[in-house]
Amino acid sequence: MADGRSLVRRKAGARLWLSALWLGLLVLVALLAPWIAPKDPLAQDLFLGRLPPFWMAGAEPGFYLGTDSLGRDVLSRLLYGARLALIVALVAGTVTALVGATLGLLAGFLRGWVDLVISRFIDIWMAFPPVLFSILLIAVLGPGLSSIIIAIVVIDWTRFARVVRAEAMAQGAMDYVASARVAGRGRVSTMLVEILPNVLPTVLVLLTLEMGIAVIVEAILSFVNLSISTDDPTWGGMIAEGRSSIHQAWWVLVVPLITLFLTVLAFSQLGEGLKDRIDPVLR
Amino acid sequence: MSFLRILDLSVRIKGGPRLLRGVSLTVAAGEVRGLVGESGAGKSMIGKAVLGTLPRSVEVVAGQIWLDGVDLLTLAPAARRRKIGAVAALIPQDPLTALNPSRRIGGQITDRLVDILGWTREKAEARAKDLLAEVGIDNADRVLRAYPHELSGGMRQRILIASAFAAEPKLIVADEPTTALDVTVQKQILRLIADMQARHGTALLFVTHDLGVVSKVCQSLSVLYGGLVVEDTAVRPFFAGPAHPYSRALLAATPKYTDPEGSLTPLPEAVLAAVQAQVAAADGGWHG
Repeated sequence: MADGRSLVRRKAGARLWLSALWLGLLVLVALLAPWIAPKDPLAQDLFLGRLPPFWMAGAEPGFYLGTDSLGRDVLSRLLYGARLALIVALVAGTVTALVGATLGLLAGFLRGWVDLVISRFIDIWMAFPPVLFSILLIAVLGPGLSSIIIAIVVIDWTRFARVVRAEAMAQGAMDYVASARVAGRGRVSTMLVEILPNVLPTVLVLLTLEMGIAVIVEAILSFVNLSISTDDPTWGGMIAEGRSSIHQAWWVLVVPLITLFLTVLAFSQLGEGLKDRIDPVLR
Repeated sequence: MSFLRILDLSVRIKGGPRLLRGVSLTVAAGEVRGLVGESGAGKSMIGKAVLGTLPRSVEVVAGQIWLDGVDLLTLAPAARRRKIGAVAALIPQDPLTALNPSRRIGGQITDRLVDILGWTREKAEARAKDLLAEVGIDNADRVLRAYPHELSGGMRQRILIASAFAAEPKLIVADEPTTALDVTVQKQILRLIADMQARHGTALLFVTHDLGVVSKVCQSLSVLYGGLVVEDTAVRPFFAGPAHPYSRALLAATPKYTDPEGSLTPLPEAVLAAVQAQVAAADGGWHG
């Protein structure tokens, strides 16, 4: 008879809700940026340069988080920056997951020469130093949103491929796969119906981690001026800019840094929280 | 006419040693044959060869496997799978890994009926309910909607038995079906398999290392050592007095409740040496 296991309900946990709340807020802000941003994020005014945030002496009304050295409103730039950060996180993360997980699933389940080719490819791929590789890629592709996304996918697909391959191999050795084969299920069908649902929780957790990583990579590339055009507000670009005036106007650096930190943290915690809910055994 | 006839089957690890050395055995329709032997004797390998689930590192080097009048080894992979799926089924060893953890029980039982026999979902579900009732599960509706982790090991093994009998196969390979279970549950499951087998008239290839189980369930048995069938006999004469010295030693090694605590009878060295020599002789005419 069914025992008490089915009665245990795990608490969703504060981290799932807090991270979902933060990310939800970011999505909202990104969507509504043109309406809620107090200023034009690109408008410069050298007379209003390095204004402090509202709680410090000398703050100017309307510039809640102060201005940078060119007099651009930090809050407005932060809000617009959320758009780019989220687009990169969602698109780059998803495409990376699709490419990596597909190759990993094929290698781990089909084995044989397919596995051999894909695995050696992963080994070779991972021997490239990732940061140099991405800088090189963008130098070739030219800066821009799509170049950043391509660079992230090209560098990080191996992360998914390796983990999913191992997971698919482990699942493939289970008796239920043998049973399905005895019952006449074909290889592709076995892979999709029996194996795929069991590797999905892993993929999902990796995906949220990857989204955080994508945000960081975008920031790093902006920091070395290889992201989108230097005018466009990105968190990484703001941090790079804030570095030059750290002693006079620390907020220009610290505000986007904290936002970036919280966002990456939220992505990884969302993944952990979701894993508990999705995995049928942990659920 | 036997339903399953294995002729001189040899199987080896690719580029490595042989695991089965010219195994021959038959299972008549409705017969229960036990396959006994130590770990590594090749008993599971025979079941896997019949069901087409040999690991990819293992290959068949010689022999024939006649199932329902067709030599499986001459069929193309897709045709072989269809043939096996239509007439044979598996009761696996470990009920904890034999059900897909992320799918509900219902689909896992009805899949085969829908895919292979072309039944409608409704018909397959009704059949699944009947089967669950037959294996002693009362609230079939709830169980069909449950995930495997919500059920106990014994319950899962019942479901696997129901699932194996679902498409009315002519042959079921039971690969140590009670080994992973609790002793008290073992007995119930064993009785259940015997009952189901008798009711459905299914032939059964029962892989086990437990001679006690063989004496309760089987009509005939093959004793394996080192991938070689050393004795092939009916159950009654076997337990009255096995012909092969290895079988005799194996039977004598079975622990009894009356044994003094801590005493186990090892197989005599001489018997082991003799049977190993027999295995080596079987390899004599073989050039791998």
